[in-house]
Amino acid sequence: MPLFNSKSTEKQIDDFIDTLAEGVLVYKAGVRSYLAGDETDFEDRILAIDRLESRADKLSKSIESHLYAHSLIPEHRGDVLGLLENADNIIDTAKTSLYQFSVERPDIPEEFHRAFNKLADSCNEAVEAVCVGTRCFFRDVEAVKDNLYKVYHYEKEADQISDALKRAIFATDLELAHKIHLRYFALNVEKVSDMAESVADRLAIYAIKRKI
Amino acid sequence: MEILIFLSSGLFLGWSLGANDAANVFGTAVGTQMVRFRTAALVCAIFVVLGATISGAGAAHTLGRLGAVNTLAGSFTVALAAALTTFWMTRLRMPVSTSQAIVGAIIGWNFYSASVTDSSSLTKIMLTWVACPVLSGVMAVGLFILVRNFIRWTKPHLLRLDSGTRLGLLVVGAFGSYSLGANNIANVMGVFVPDNPFSDITLFGVLEITGTQQLFFLGAVAIGVGVFTYSGRVMDTVGGGLVRISPVSALVIVLAQSITLFLFASEGLEHTLASMGLPTLPLVPVSSSQAVVGAIVGISLYKGAGIRLNVLGGISLGWISTPILAGIVSFFLLFFVDNVFDQQVYKVRHFRLDSQVVAELQRQGIELENPRQLTTRSYTNAIRLKQDLIKKGGLTGDEADRAQELALVGFWYVDRGIIADDLDQTWLSPEQLTALRSLADENYSHFWEFTRALAETSPEWRLLPDTKLNKRTNKELKKKLEYLGRIFKVDEPVEDES
Repeated sequence: MPLFNSKSTEKQIDDFIDTLAEGVLVYKAGVRSYLAGDETDFEDRILAIDRLESRADKLSKSIESHLYAHSLIPEHRGDVLGLLENADNIIDTAKTSLYQFSVERPDIPEEFHRAFNKLADSCNEAVEAVCVGTRCFFRDVEAVKDNLYKVYHYEKEADQISDALKRAIFATDLELAHKIHLRYFALNVEKVSDMAESVADRLAIYAIKRKI
Repeated sequence: MEILIFLSSGLFLGWSLGANDAANVFGTAVGTQMVRFRTAALVCAIFVVLGATISGAGAAHTLGRLGAVNTLAGSFTVALAAALTTFWMTRLRMPVSTSQAIVGAIIGWNFYSASVTDSSSLTKIMLTWVACPVLSGVMAVGLFILVRNFIRWTKPHLLRLDSGTRLGLLVVGAFGSYSLGANNIANVMGVFVPDNPFSDITLFGVLEITGTQQLFFLGAVAIGVGVFTYSGRVMDTVGGGLVRISPVSALVIVLAQSITLFLFASEGLEHTLASMGLPTLPLVPVSSSQAVVGAIVGISLYKGAGIRLNVLGGISLGWISTPILAGIVSFFLLFFVDNVFDQQVYKVRHFRLDSQVVAELQRQGIELENPRQLTTRSYTNAIRLKQDLIKKGGLTGDEADRAQELALVGFWYVDRGIIADDLDQTWLSPEQLTALRSLADENYSHFWEFTRALAETSPEWRLLPDTKLNKRTNKELKKKLEYLGRIFKVDEPVEDES
C-alpha cells in the first residue's frame, strides 16, 4: 500500500540528503588533496564524488516518480521536487569543480593554499547547514529557520574569503593569465556555497508555505 | 406499473442527493487532491449503499419526511420538486441541504392541501442557517489548533503526515458516506415502502433479502450514481472554490463537521449523558452542507486566508432560496399533476370538534371558550380550523395544534388478520403485542382514542414523562403508534362480523 506506507520514500529522501552531505565532504577532501599534491587521494575523491553524484541523481529521479505516481503530498510536491533538484545541483557543481581541478591542473602558489582550504571549509559548512535545514523541512518545519541563518553566515564567510583571495591574487606579480586562472578557481569553489544559498532561499519560502 | 412511475421521482431525488451531498463528505479531500475523484466516488457510493441497506433498513417503519404527504401521487410530486431544486442548485455548484429542499416542498404541499405547517419546522430551517455553521466553525477552529499543536509536538515526516491525512480523509469520508446513506434513504425511498413492488427473495438458499432492502438498495444505487455522475461540481466549490485549503485543514473540516453533527444532533448522546446524570448539550437542527461550509469559513478566518466572498454569498443565497424555491415548485407541480394528470395529490382530511374531543381537551387542561360555535360544524381546511380555534376558541397556537390533532376524523379498525400476517411482530414487544391483540376487532373514529385504549391496556404503550432521559423511548413509541395508525387505517368503519 504505497499510498499509506511512505517509509521507503522517506528513506530515499534521507539517503539523498546523506549523499549530498557526503558529497560535499568528499569535495572538501579532494580540494585539500589537490593542494597537498596527493594525486592518488585526489583521483580517489574524484571517483567518489562521481559515484555520489550519480547516486543522488538516481535517488532524486526515483523520489520524483514515486511522488507523482502515487499523487503524494499534492500541496508540497512541486516544492519538494524543486528543493531536491536544487540540492542535486550542489553536488553537480562540486563534482564539476573537482573535475576542473583535474582537467586544468591550476598552478596554485603555496601562499594561497590556506585561503583555498578555508574557502572549501566554508562551502562545506554552508552545505551541511542546508542538509540539516532540508531534513527539518520534512520533519520539523519550525526548526528550518534556525539552520538557514547558518547557511547565510557561511555563504557570506565564503564570499569574504573569496574576495580577499582574489584581491591577494591580483596583488601579486604573477602573469595576468595565471591570475585570471586562479580567480576562476576561487569562483569555482565559491560557487558551491552560492548553490547552498540558493537552496536555502527556496527552503525559507517552502517552510513558510508548509506551516499549516 | 404505476408504482414504477412514482418511484422514478424518488430515484431522481436520490440521484440529486448523491450529486449534492457527496461533496460534504469528500469535497475537501478531492479539492486538495488528496483523494482522486474516482476513488472518492467509489468509496462514497459503496458506503452509501451499505449504510442505506444495512442501517437504513432500521428506518423502514418510518416514511421519512415525505410521510406527512398522504397520497402516493402527492409524494411523487413533492419528491420531484425537491429533486428538481437540489438538481438546479447542484448545476449552480452550490452545496445545499437536501432535507431543507424536501421540507420546503412539503410546505408547498401544505399550502396546496390547506394543511397547517408546523411553525417549528420553519424555525428549525432558519436556525440551521445560522447556528449550524457557527457551531461547526468554532469546532473546526478548536480542532485545528489541537491538530496543529499535536503535529508540532509529534513532528511527523511530511510524507507520513500526508499518508495519515489521506487515510483519515478516506476513513472519515467512508463513515460520512455510510451515515449519508443510512440517514437519507428513508427520505428518498421510505414513502414507497407501503407500495413496494419488490417481494422478498432468497439468494443461494441462504441470504434472504427483503423487499424493503431491495427498494432501499435501488435508492442507494441512485444516490451512488448521483455521486459518480454529477458530484464533481459541488465538490469543486467545497474543496477549493470558496477558499484554498490545506490537506490537514481538509481533514479537520470533515472531522469538525462530523463531530458537530454528532454532538448537537445526536439523541443517543443526549440520552447517554442524561442517564449518567451529566449535563446535556442543547440539540440544534444541523445539516451537513451547512456544517461543512461553516467549518471551512471558520478555519479560513482563523488562518486569515482570503475567502472568495462572492462564492460565500452565492452559497448563503442558495441556502435561503432552496426551501423557498422547492415550496414554489412543489405548489405549481401539484397543481399540474392534480389538474392535468388528474391524480389525487392529497386526501381531504376531516376535522370535527365533537363532544369526545372537547372532553379530551378538558382532560388535557385545554378549555375552549365557545365550544358550541365550534362543535356544530366540521372542517376540511386545517388552516381555517386553526384560525377559528385561536380566534373563537381563545386557544394559543400550540393548544390549537393539539386540538386540531385530536379533532382529526378517520376510521381505525384493529384487524386480526393484519395483526397475524402483516404486522412487523419483531418490532413490538410481547406485551405490546398482547395489548394490541386484546383490542382486535375494535373500531375507532379518532386516532387518539385508539392510542388511549392501547395506553390503558398496557403501560408499555404509555408515553413516559417528557424528560431528556425518556426522549428516545417516547420517540420510538410514537414511531410505533404512527406505524399502527397507518396499517390499521380504513376508509369506513368495519362491522364486527362475529
